[in-house]
Amino acid sequence: MNILRKEVLAQDIVRFAVAAPQVAAKAEPGHFVIVRHKEMGERIPLTIADFDAEAGTITLVCHGIGRSTREINELNEADAFLDVLGPLGEPYPVRHEGTVVCVSGGLGVAPMYPKAKALAAKGNKIIHLQGAQRKELLIMTQEMEAISEQSAYSTDDGSLGRRGFVTDLLREVLAGEDVDEVIAIGPLPMMAAAVDVAAEHGVSSVVSLNTLMVDGTGMCGGCRVTVDGQTKFCCVDGPAFDGSAVDFKEILKRQPFYRDMERKSLHRCRLEEVG
Amino acid sequence: MAPRQEMNKLPKGARTGFDEVALGYTWEQARAEAERCLQCRSPQCSKGCPVGVDIPAFLQAIVHGNIGRAYQILQDQNRLPAICGRVCPQETQCEGRCILAKKGEPVAVGALERYCADWARQHYNGTLNRADSGQAKAGQKAAVVGSGPAGLTAAADLAVAGLEVTLFEALHAAGGVLRYGIPEFRLPKDIVDYEIGQIRDLGVSIQPNYLIGKTLDIPDLFSQGYGAVFIGAGAGLPNFLGLEGENLNGVYSANEFLTRVNLMKAFRFPEYDTPIRVGKRVAVIGAGNVAMDAARTAVRLGASEVSIVYRRSRAEMPARLEEIVNAEEEGIRFQLLTNPLEVLGDENYQVQGLRCQRMQLGEPDGSGRRRPQPIPDSAFVLEVDTVVVAVGQGPNPILIRSNPNLQLDARGYIEVDPDTLMTNIPGVFAAGDIVTGAATVIAAMGEGRRAARSILEYLDCSS
Repeated sequence: MNILRKEVLAQDIVRFAVAAPQVAAKAEPGHFVIVRHKEMGERIPLTIADFDAEAGTITLVCHGIGRSTREINELNEADAFLDVLGPLGEPYPVRHEGTVVCVSGGLGVAPMYPKAKALAAKGNKIIHLQGAQRKELLIMTQEMEAISEQSAYSTDDGSLGRRGFVTDLLREVLAGEDVDEVIAIGPLPMMAAAVDVAAEHGVSSVVSLNTLMVDGTGMCGGCRVTVDGQTKFCCVDGPAFDGSAVDFKEILKRQPFYRDMERKSLHRCRLEEVG
Repeated sequence: MAPRQEMNKLPKGARTGFDEVALGYTWEQARAEAERCLQCRSPQCSKGCPVGVDIPAFLQAIVHGNIGRAYQILQDQNRLPAICGRVCPQETQCEGRCILAKKGEPVAVGALERYCADWARQHYNGTLNRADSGQAKAGQKAAVVGSGPAGLTAAADLAVAGLEVTLFEALHAAGGVLRYGIPEFRLPKDIVDYEIGQIRDLGVSIQPNYLIGKTLDIPDLFSQGYGAVFIGAGAGLPNFLGLEGENLNGVYSANEFLTRVNLMKAFRFPEYDTPIRVGKRVAVIGAGNVAMDAARTAVRLGASEVSIVYRRSRAEMPARLEEIVNAEEEGIRFQLLTNPLEVLGDENYQVQGLRCQRMQLGEPDGSGRRRPQPIPDSAFVLEVDTVVVAVGQGPNPILIRSNPNLQLDARGYIEVDPDTLMTNIPGVFAAGDIVTGAATVIAAMGEGRRAARSILEYLDCSS
């Protein structure tokens, strides 16, 4: 569970290579892990952004938002996670689809990459579309470009690529190409919009959800989402689901449940830093 | 006959935190209570104990003032006496069969078990474990999946027989339901740590963060040289009622509610990072021990009005009487013969209330209990901002899904041979909640012990 490499990808976004041979040996695209960095830390679910069974390593990308994730991002090479549990979740079924559009928003490119990589290896044509608020937050672009036939970017402020939403790029691609599947991973409103755009063009879509979670092993039920009118558990039934079946409105309302408490915890954390 | 000694409890007004409520016996109380045992010629109490503790013998040792001996007798059959002394339903087991129970005041076996175990923990510091004569051949290994009551018991018995035992636990800390489910005020976690430590001292290697079915699979365990595998993976996905509004913010499964508090210590937020949000008015749906634990936890987290909502009457409540009394003492309200219909929410998906209807008892149903039937036009709204659903859970899904060859029963639990507890996969045994559905700590321990015996036979190393 030692951290072998640490790389700051953007402000508050850090990529770690972690020695976790057991997890790496079983990892498949779509899997995630739950980590804890210290005894008092939260159990944090992180997607396995890449893995190397031979080297016994997994790659994790952590966005420092709450107290635990910010502290994780302060870990350095030679530090270790206290706990790494995985691989968790259902793997994404990698098939030969033909042409797949990978729509990533913000940190969504981290769970996207292993899927896209595996799809490319299976002979699919990957069209990579990626959006972020601004240029500096477009991460992992080189990795994605290396496996994609085509790439395009959008930023909210126009600092790189198209000014606007990544779904605008998706709309253009779908208008001009024969596409077999859309994968959309990113902020909830982006995923919901991408699913709608895909549906407008009669293309099926897959999304990967990042819900609240505690144990991650199918025990607590905190990660429940409504899919096709039925309650599903993101940790054991997901995290990938058929986009058109997901009740995004419900997830959007559930996601911020603890936000004010997280702020309180962070505030306290900063007070401690001050002394 | 002297009256039964009542255990001292934390006064109601002092139950604001998570300190243990039951305080145990003093030595004088313990001796007086043990002296009440009639030392029956053919004692029934031991027959009521799923792990077969020699109860008259340990009570006799207390009477003789030899608590160390009493603890040894307990330990011979029960590796978790401080835990069982606290959470066993003695009233339906040993104490229920006590000859004095006929007059309503059985010997307080549970309180005395607890007394001995607590005494040993304070005075002996772990030197009491026996090293049994091992029957196993050098290097024989067994894997135990899940470190709850069934797994801990099986692991201990296998280790005592001389096997190399590895205990795989999915969470970051061992104990299963003892860790994530039962609250601190009923079962302090330092006691769980201590008794698990005793089992580790028997030579059991405990590996946290191993989810069997994901991190390793059953065939991997055999290829790593384990000769047999015991599955005690316990309960899994919580049941919900399928009510409208059950996914609103403020609706918890009891599993999540208790796991946040017990495993993740959310009651010490923000010192611990995991939050929990409990409003002022809480409804807990269900009336088992888990429901009582959730309700009493909610009170301690600052809720001012906590109600148990249960569709049957008091007589059918599955919780132990002791827990119901504790809940009542702590101000929990009981909305009995009340059936929840719908969780109501506002535009932000925040719980606003629980619409319920009143029920009355009709003819007995398949379970022998009188079937609750709705009273027409009796719907009303319980104004709450938090709902905890405590209506049981299904089997743990991961191990079952990743082993499609494993034969299941009609309800989806693992099917085992009733005598050997072996599954349809040779060398794979199972017991506890993943076989029986939700049961008690001690029932799982008893079955874990039976499975260990079968495993020893299977591996040809039973004595």
